[in-house]
Amino acid sequence: MKNLVKAFLLIITIVTALIFTQKDSYCKEPYKIGAILSVTGAASFLGEPEKNTVLMLAEQINKTGGINGHPLEVIIEDSKSDETQAVLAAKKLIEKDKVLAIIGPSTTGESMAIIPIMTQAKTPLVSVAAGASITQPVQERYWIFKTAQYDTSAVEAIYNHMKNKGIKKVGIISITTAFGDAGRKALIEMAPKFGITVVADERYGPKDTDMTTQIVKIKSAGAQAIINWSVGPGQVIVTKNWHALKLAIPLYQSHGWGSKKNLELAGKAAEGVIAPLGRLVVWDKIPDKHPQKPILKKYVSDYESKYKSEPGTFGGHAYDAFMMVVEALKKVGPDKKKIRDYIETNIKNWPGTGGIFNMSSKDHCGLDMKAFEMVIVKNGDWEILK
Amino acid sequence: MTLFLQFLFAGLTTGSVYALVGIGFNIIYNSTSIINLAQGEFVVLGGLMMWFFLESLQLPFSVSLCLTLLTAAIIGLAQERLTIKPLLKKGDLLLMIMVTIAFSILIRGILMFKFGKDPYTYSPFTEGEPIEIFGAIITQQTLWVIGITVFCIVLLYLFFNKTMTGRAMKACSLDVKAARLMGINVSKVVMLSFLISAVIGAIGGIAITPISLMEYDKGAMLSVKGFCAAILGGLGKSRGAVVGGFTLGMLESLTAGYIHSGFKDAIALLIMLFILFVKPAGIFGKTEILRLRKF
Amino acid sequence: MSKGNAIVLFILGIFIIFLPQIITDNYILTIGIFIGINALVAMGLTILMGYAGQISLGQAGFYGLGAYVSAILSLKFGLPVPLSVFIAIFIASLIAVILAIPSLRLKGHYLAVATLGFGEIIHIILNEWGPGGPSGFGDIPPFSIFGYTLSSTGEYFYLIWIFVILAMTFSLNLIHSLTGKALRAIHDSELASVSLGINITKLKIKVFVLSSIYASLAGALYAHYVTFLSPSGFSLFYSILILMMVVIGGITNIWGAIAGAIIITILPEILRGFKEIDILIYGLILTLCILFMRKGIVPLFIEIWEKVIKK
Repeated sequence: MKNLVKAFLLIITIVTALIFTQKDSYCKEPYKIGAILSVTGAASFLGEPEKNTVLMLAEQINKTGGINGHPLEVIIEDSKSDETQAVLAAKKLIEKDKVLAIIGPSTTGESMAIIPIMTQAKTPLVSVAAGASITQPVQERYWIFKTAQYDTSAVEAIYNHMKNKGIKKVGIISITTAFGDAGRKALIEMAPKFGITVVADERYGPKDTDMTTQIVKIKSAGAQAIINWSVGPGQVIVTKNWHALKLAIPLYQSHGWGSKKNLELAGKAAEGVIAPLGRLVVWDKIPDKHPQKPILKKYVSDYESKYKSEPGTFGGHAYDAFMMVVEALKKVGPDKKKIRDYIETNIKNWPGTGGIFNMSSKDHCGLDMKAFEMVIVKNGDWEILK
Repeated sequence: MTLFLQFLFAGLTTGSVYALVGIGFNIIYNSTSIINLAQGEFVVLGGLMMWFFLESLQLPFSVSLCLTLLTAAIIGLAQERLTIKPLLKKGDLLLMIMVTIAFSILIRGILMFKFGKDPYTYSPFTEGEPIEIFGAIITQQTLWVIGITVFCIVLLYLFFNKTMTGRAMKACSLDVKAARLMGINVSKVVMLSFLISAVIGAIGGIAITPISLMEYDKGAMLSVKGFCAAILGGLGKSRGAVVGGFTLGMLESLTAGYIHSGFKDAIALLIMLFILFVKPAGIFGKTEILRLRKF
Repeated sequence: MSKGNAIVLFILGIFIIFLPQIITDNYILTIGIFIGINALVAMGLTILMGYAGQISLGQAGFYGLGAYVSAILSLKFGLPVPLSVFIAIFIASLIAVILAIPSLRLKGHYLAVATLGFGEIIHIILNEWGPGGPSGFGDIPPFSIFGYTLSSTGEYFYLIWIFVILAMTFSLNLIHSLTGKALRAIHDSELASVSLGINITKLKIKVFVLSSIYASLAGALYAHYVTFLSPSGFSLFYSILILMMVVIGGITNIWGAIAGAIIITILPEILRGFKEIDILIYGLILTLCILFMRKGIVPLFIEIWEKVIKK
């Protein structure tokens, strides 16, 4: 028994020693950047691919000699999809780890919660969440950028498509989270511009099990199309309910629909669902001369061979954020102010996974409606609509 | 009319799961007076394990079903032996409830570790077109869910009233001391109650997954709703949980249909509060001072 | 207040005064701030549960009310922050009275569900009607008093812990006064207290309102510290977290609230290193804590202390 304990202690000592000696193989001081991602909790479907992406990219960079000889150290904090935790994580990264920039958080709420901290600490933040309020008003968001497309751009893409199809009355169904709410507001606000009336505005909770009631109500209100705005299991349940009810009106999904997993889960119920999706999802279907194509191809195949799953649109947002920060670091070195200035002024015609970015002092996101393709589900696969 | 019927069917579907979770609460409540807030995790466990055996291991349906129920039973058993039994003698109600919360977090952690955060689903029990009743549409899986719930209710009724073990459990719920004097092994009864409610929860999960998908963190919501269902009907009354579950499901669906879907949970809760204020022990419960069972 | 408690309170006060001087790491001070906020809410629940024998799963509701009302009053109506905090507490306690009158007739699990229902209703209302809906809203004015606006983490640390110490002093006095004895009588036997001529209902309502005051004060302080609010932080999950603090800390001793707040707030920070399996370890630690420290940390500590002294 005593020997067993001794052996156990020995193993622990060796393992700890190994962990601690692994670092310090570089001679130059490492560059530290932080990432706050919702790895667990309600928004974990965002945080998971984002975390994987950041880890993968950091590994790639360090394998090829780091940034100008400096190893890159990425410190990932799990915000547990909770604003308080995000605040704590931001404080930790800035005060304790002294990072040069932060990537994330994954959700709009968490991003909003840490904006005052970032501004006070004069540290650049590249959020991977979608809410327009993250970067607007831009004069108050001096240190803040984001890589996820605006919800309004996705709405524009959908309404454009509807206008061409002659759809005039729509029913909205959205999830009661920040993501669903932002989309819902954009849908209601922008409808008149396209001559569209919103005849029903329904909602459901993130863990609801059945949305038949809401969909039936939308149909009976005389809608010619249903728009669902959600991420997570809800969008699959809505699709299944819509299919079972055989309503004969089309179902549109938000840009959160872009995951093969959804097609798998919904099965044949997904046939005919239309959504505005980033090119990441349909990278193999866009023409070869498109500037985003090589980036998308490398990212998706790297990710899939490493993690045996697809990165999805959200992983792509982290890719863009990470690459912007790394490029800035490479060009201007470890200076927070210069990194910020570089991102604002030098990210122009910059192809990323989410679209072609054009940052400026007026727009800290740099993407518009052109970042999306309208995509329909056909035979269990995506197909780009012309 | 068609619209009303459609709302009704939706309410029945969600109500069925609430009822099954509620029944699970009651069985454990009757033997120990505690509320097992890990009850919802067994629904998740049922759905995810069924997926694992059926889709990942490609086992036949009946084998997967048996294995899933076996897993749930073992974990239910483990919960009772490891976390409840050590506390039972002291009889601290609050502590026991807290340990069920802690245990539910533990299960959630294990499920996340094993299955990740993605939702899972498998095909409905029977393939086929949805059925139309007076213009309202109901999927075959919905019928399965409702049918299985009714089946469980009947089975439990027979168990508690016709079998020796069931009667012993019922006796325990009425008076522990007397039951012990009659030679009933109370410890075994408590163990059995955890086992049965774990299995019932898992059955609910297996049935609902093709409709609503299943992911590792769905359990907390189900526990809360099931708890409300059990309370609404009157704790410890088996028909109470059934009526409570279906009432809650209907309230949600009808509120969503006729008032507004954003407030469906709020209005359902408000009506529940109102019922409690009028009838402080639920619809079927008798107003008596809640006394702690002594072991 | 007993002598022992006064000494502990004094030591705590000294510790609080010097902590920001010694530790300049804002990350640790921020954790300290959240410990203070959680301790306030937990303190109210400890008195309610440990001394009045009533359970509440709706503390997040009062916490959210305090935060939202104070934030809205100061942001949209331009009221000075201390005034809006005060009004927020007042409104929360008013709602507590209205809720308490029918609820406290309920017993045990029924009371738990009623308060849970209340908390969730507040959560849904914030989601539907709160400014910004589920996305929340920012730009809430920071805490300012007599024209001085707090900005550094250290200042907020002092602000919040001053309130914790004030609340603690008040609570200790309350418990040791006559009402305190009556409260304990309710916990032990309601029948006995009725026959002693103690008006239980009134007392229970008073304690319930007190717990809502602590929770809404904590919420308001949170709002003006973080300056951003969204409904997600005010769900049932938070109520259960607070309950966990109270139980782990020990419901029979008011100091348990602070001990529990420290443990439950710090635990996830320590577990950050475990990444994937942190929920698993968190669940395991909680389970073990409950199984092996049944009375909670503070009462356990006191028990050991007394044994040592006797020897």
